[in-house]
Formats: sequence, C-alpha cells, structure tokens
Amino acid sequence: MYRYDQYDHQMLSDRVKQFRDQTERYLSGKLSEAEYLPLRLQNGLYVQRLAPMLRVAVPYGLLSSNQLRKLAFISNHYDKGYGHLTTRQNIQFNWPAIEDVPDILQDLADVEMHAIQTSGNCIRNTTTDQFAGVSPDEIEDSRPYCELIRQWSSFHPEFAYLPRKFKIAVCGTLTDQAATQVHDIGIYLKAGPENKIGFQILAGGGLGRTPMIGKEIFDFVERRHLLTALEAILRVYNRLGRRDNKYKARIKILVKETGIDQFKNLVVQEWNQIKDGPLTLTEDEITRCKNYFLEANYEELEDHPKILKSELDSNLLFNAWFTQNIRQHKKAGYSIVTICFKQTGSAPGDITDSQLEFVADLADEYSFGEVRITHHQNIVLADVKQSDLPSVWQKLNSKSLSVANLSLLSDVICCPGGDFCALANAKSLPIAESIQRKFSDENFLRDVGELRVNISGCMNACGHHHVGNIGILGVDKKGEEFYQISLGGSSKNKASIGKIIGPAFSEQEIPEIIDKIINIYRASRNKGETFIETYNRIGLEPFKEYVYAKPD
Amino acid sequence: MQNLIRQRAIEHDDWTLVKEASGPEILHVTQDRNLIVPIKFWNMYKFEIENYLGNITIWLDSDEFLDEIKEELSTFSLIALNFPVFSDGRPYSTARELRQGRKFTGEIRAVGDVLRDQIFYMYQCGFDSFLLRHDQDPVSCINALDDFKANYQSTVLEKDPLFRRR
Ligand code: SF4
Repeated sequence: MYRYDQYDHQMLSDRVKQFRDQTERYLSGKLSEAEYLPLRLQNGLYVQRLAPMLRVAVPYGLLSSNQLRKLAFISNHYDKGYGHLTTRQNIQFNWPAIEDVPDILQDLADVEMHAIQTSGNCIRNTTTDQFAGVSPDEIEDSRPYCELIRQWSSFHPEFAYLPRKFKIAVCGTLTDQAATQVHDIGIYLKAGPENKIGFQILAGGGLGRTPMIGKEIFDFVERRHLLTALEAILRVYNRLGRRDNKYKARIKILVKETGIDQFKNLVVQEWNQIKDGPLTLTEDEITRCKNYFLEANYEELEDHPKILKSELDSNLLFNAWFTQNIRQHKKAGYSIVTICFKQTGSAPGDITDSQLEFVADLADEYSFGEVRITHHQNIVLADVKQSDLPSVWQKLNSKSLSVANLSLLSDVICCPGGDFCALANAKSLPIAESIQRKFSDENFLRDVGELRVNISGCMNACGHHHVGNIGILGVDKKGEEFYQISLGGSSKNKASIGKIIGPAFSEQEIPEIIDKIINIYRASRNKGETFIETYNRIGLEPFKEYVYAKPD
Repeated sequence: MQNLIRQRAIEHDDWTLVKEASGPEILHVTQDRNLIVPIKFWNMYKFEIENYLGNITIWLDSDEFLDEIKEELSTFSLIALNFPVFSDGRPYSTARELRQGRKFTGEIRAVGDVLRDQIFYMYQCGFDSFLLRHDQDPVSCINALDDFKANYQSTVLEKDPLFRRR
C-alpha cells in the first residue's frame, strides 16, 4: 500500500497543528460557530444528535493491520469501544469529545491516516472496487490512480469551498463494484489505442434528492492527462455550480441545466488551457505510485487443495460460508474472503475494538497484513490461501463473524439514521434489524439469492437506497416515521435508479411487505434468475399490485 | 486598525474600496483618491472615469466573470475579488484564471469576508493582498500564509506539483 514520505508527513502534521489552533480558538470563543463549521467538517468532525462524530478517511478502503490496531485504540480510548464502517469505505466514531479530536488526529497521523475532507463541500475520499488488484476480471489495478487522485485532491486550494460535496469513484474491473455511475465523477479504466490504459470519465451522477446516472464527458483520456481533465471539470463546477439552493448545488444539476454538450464544451475550453501543463502526469510518478501496489508475494499453488475439499464435504456451515462469502482470486490457490459485519442485533457496519484487533491479527496471519473496507460495510481479506480457509473460518466462527450472508437479503446496507444522525427523517437501524430478524433462515436466504437491500434515514441517501434492489427511505409524515419502498435499483454496470412502488409504510409493516415482494419474485423467476433480473423482465406492476392488494 | 496585508506585511491602504456606486456623482465626492469600483460602474461610466484625477480600478463579485474585461486588463495595476461570504469558493478560481489564463501580473486583492483560516488557500491561488475583515488579527493572518510547508498541487505560487519536485 502507499507509504508516506517526508512531504506527506509534513502536510499531515501541519494540518493537525492548524486544526488544533482552530479548535482552541473555537472553544475559547474566538472563532464563531459558523466559521468553525466548514473547518471542522473538512477535518471529518460532525456534530450529531447525541454527540460529535468523527469520520476517518480510509483512502479507497485499504487498511494495514497496524492502522486497524490504531483504530481499535482510538475507539477504546476516546469512544465507547466501537466504530462504524460507512458506505464510502471510511470508518467513523460516534462519541468523541470535540476537545479530544486534535489528539485523535495526531494518533491517526502517526499511522499515516487522517480525517481530511471526509465531510464538507470539498472533494471527498476517492473510492474504488474493494477487490482492486486481486479480481480476475481486472483491466488494471485502480489503486495507484486513486492514490494520484487522493494527493491531487487533498488540500486543493482552489476546491475547498465548492458549491457542495464532491465524490469520485474509480473502477478498474469489468464488473463495476464501485457504484461508479452514481458519483459526481466516475472513472472507468479502459484500454485505448495500442492497448494503452486510459480513462473514460463520466460526470453528473449522484444519489440524494435527485438521483442521476453520470454522463460521459470524455470517452478516452490518456493516463498522463488524468489530473488536468479532473481539474478542468472541477473548475467549471466551482465557477458555475449553483450556490443559491443547497438541493440544486451538486454537479449533476449543473450538467443537467447546462446541457451535456455545452457542459462538455466548457470543460474542454478549461482543459485546453492546462492540458500538457505542469499538472500533466509523468511516467515516473505513475510508476512511483504503481510500485506501492505491486503484487503480493504469492506462492505457486493449485486451486482447490485437498484440505479445502474435505472441509467442504464434511462441514455444512463452512460450505455455506464458502459458497456465499468467498470470491475468486486472480491467482490460483488464493481466495478473497469477505467478513460480513451484518450480525442481527448490531447495527450494520458496527465494529468493536476487539473485532478490529481480531481482524488485524487475521490480516497479519493470512492476508499479508492488509484488509479493505467495502462500500457494503463489510471487511475483505483479499489474499487468503485456499488451504487456510478452514482455519480462517474456524477463527471467524469462534467470534461469531462467520455469517454467510454476503450480498444476500440480510447483508443490509444502512446509514446510521435517526438514532444518531441529526438530519434524519426516520430511524433506519431498527428497520435493518427487523428485516434481519424476519429473514434469518440461511437456507431461505440462499434460495432467494443475491438481493441488495439499502436503507437511508433521509433524502441524503447515505444508505444508497436508490441503487438498492429494494430501497427503503425514511420519510416524515406529519411528524411520524414512515418508509417509502423502491424497487429495481442497481449500482452495477447497468446502473439504475429504483422506482418508488407506492405510498409509504409504517415501521411495523416493512418486514411483511418485503416478504410479499420476495414472494412475487420467487413465484415469477425463471431458473437461475436473480431478483434484479426478474424485476427487469416483469417490471414494477406485479409487485405493486400484490403489495397493495386489498384483502378480499 | 490597519487591516491590509500585502507582500506578507501589514501595509497602509492607498486605495478606497467603493462597495456600491449608483451614479458618477461619487467621483466628485472622492476627488482624487484612488478608487476600486464595481466592474459594472466601470463599464457604465468610462467617460467620467477617463477624466478622473486619481487612479481607478475594479472589483468583481463572486458571480462576475472576467470575460467582461478585454484588452484593458493590462492597464489595471490591481484587481479586487470580493468574497460575499468566506464559504463562497468562486473567487479562488477567478484568481487563478486571472494569473494563469489571462497572465495578469498586477496585484490581486481579496476583499469582503476575508478571514485567517482561508488566506493560505487564497495565497496559493494567486491573491497577493488581503483586505481583512475588521475583527481579524493581521499578525496571525500573516502567519497563516505559512500554515503548510508543502502542497501536492500545481498552484499559482508553486507551478510544479509535488510529483515534479519530490
Ligand atoms: S441518509 Fe440521512 S439520516 Fe442517513 S446518515 Fe445520511 S443524512 Fe443521516
């Protein structure tokens, strides 16, 4: 993974010093609430319903065991002993004291981590496929490019006060796992002329109040022009993005209101001024970044070793976990393991200090000391030898972390919602739990198969409900909490925004309604069809009819 | 209190910022003082301005564009860019455009809601003088120009991004 040199360290320590001073001025009344606000946000600090919340950046989701242990220490020392994995591959702490935050940032800096630009109207943490570098269908590892973007966007002096937040995702695989098309900027690695790698760049995607799929700005940008192309898009947005209405301030509205052709023209005009200028990437720099993500020291192994086979034959639970949570690795004899943090009874994505430590130990023992956080709020061990899978499972099982529900109905994606978040219209965590309780039979879950449920507590869509196969959105009806259901969303290559099925439901009704939806699917599916495939074939109507049918 | 920072020092301000000007009468009142007038005013009263004894230059609000200024650009020794509120980020791009696109070499002054915690970024984007909001401590603002000892980007101050200097 990327390692800091003296420059990276210098900037980080300057930043901690700066924020310490800002926080002191705020606490002593010299800096107003309004003036402190964007400063603390750009250092990851929110003020929530019950306490402040600190969102720590995990660049493209990648963490070392060392960093995991530091996070465990922080959750234990400054918080209530747990953290929360977010849908943007970050981790957040829900209970730190404001006056402790500069110290926490210093602790993070010690392990090359920070909370910079995890919030506020600036360029946020760049995300990518959690399987980058190990997927069999990869065009190229996306992480070196994510790192280049991370550096370019960190402390960018021109883009710290954008009209609104700005999110970039990069996808290097054929199957899009990064929800690339619903980002302000989405980047696909792509082979161009003479098989040289470059990028297709989209802009104007996003969720929130007005969900949209990104539109193509550049069909193919050569590698060295990556940063100038991004800078041109950002400059147009910074100048012209709406600032009169917070709900119309994202780049998607600008692209829509300007028209894609005109928007492209403006970007190209800007680009022509800086293209080939100093910001043009050098081969040296690209190589330097790539060298941090070289292939691990793999052994030459066979796929499906004996020990794996016999465990699969003799241990049903292991077999189920293997089928559901293990993905194919590009290297023979290795597998990608996803540990689901979706145990019924604890909030999706919540992780305790001892679990952090435990995962760190697993990473050290089985996966070259690294893990990845996924935007589905789980954790990945990317390089596990297949012969080690039985022992990994044993250990996970001993800590109740062997739930075999990856991508299934109970692998719910959920924002913190009304229990924590000041912006919420409704609670979201109890909904996740009621769904997990209702559908706990693993055989049933596996029979239903891949089904993404996403829950957001309000229009801000942190739970990405628009792209859930089943999306659930908390709404406020005359002071009461209700839930609107949408169907057919997807964040994969054929990205789509879910359609609202009809009037909202009460909290109690939700599990029953989900059950009905699943019944329709099971009754209508062709052999081997997933939920989304069936939905795409039969459309919304049959679901709607059944869900709202009056009893005779 | 003196609240102009220029050349990294507290300086006497020899310009008068005219925030609003409805008509050319203002030019009689101010006599021969050096004025920074709204670009709209400057466009509208070119004739009166020509006969004015002091120097006159312009300021742009955050939603005003440089396209309105053509060849005259090089005749200005100073252009001021207004921050109606500190969280309005447009003037950063305007300053950069002035320096890099339009090759403006005169003084670019930040006026309006200009605060300690933003001037490091302003400085990077090509602003070289800062008319601070009254409650700001100028000494601490000068220190803020050195808040960071390095940066990744290609900026007006540091043309080469860090990857060309590492
Ligand atoms: S979706 Fe709404 S309720 Fe949920 S975390 Fe985001 S802002 Fe809060």
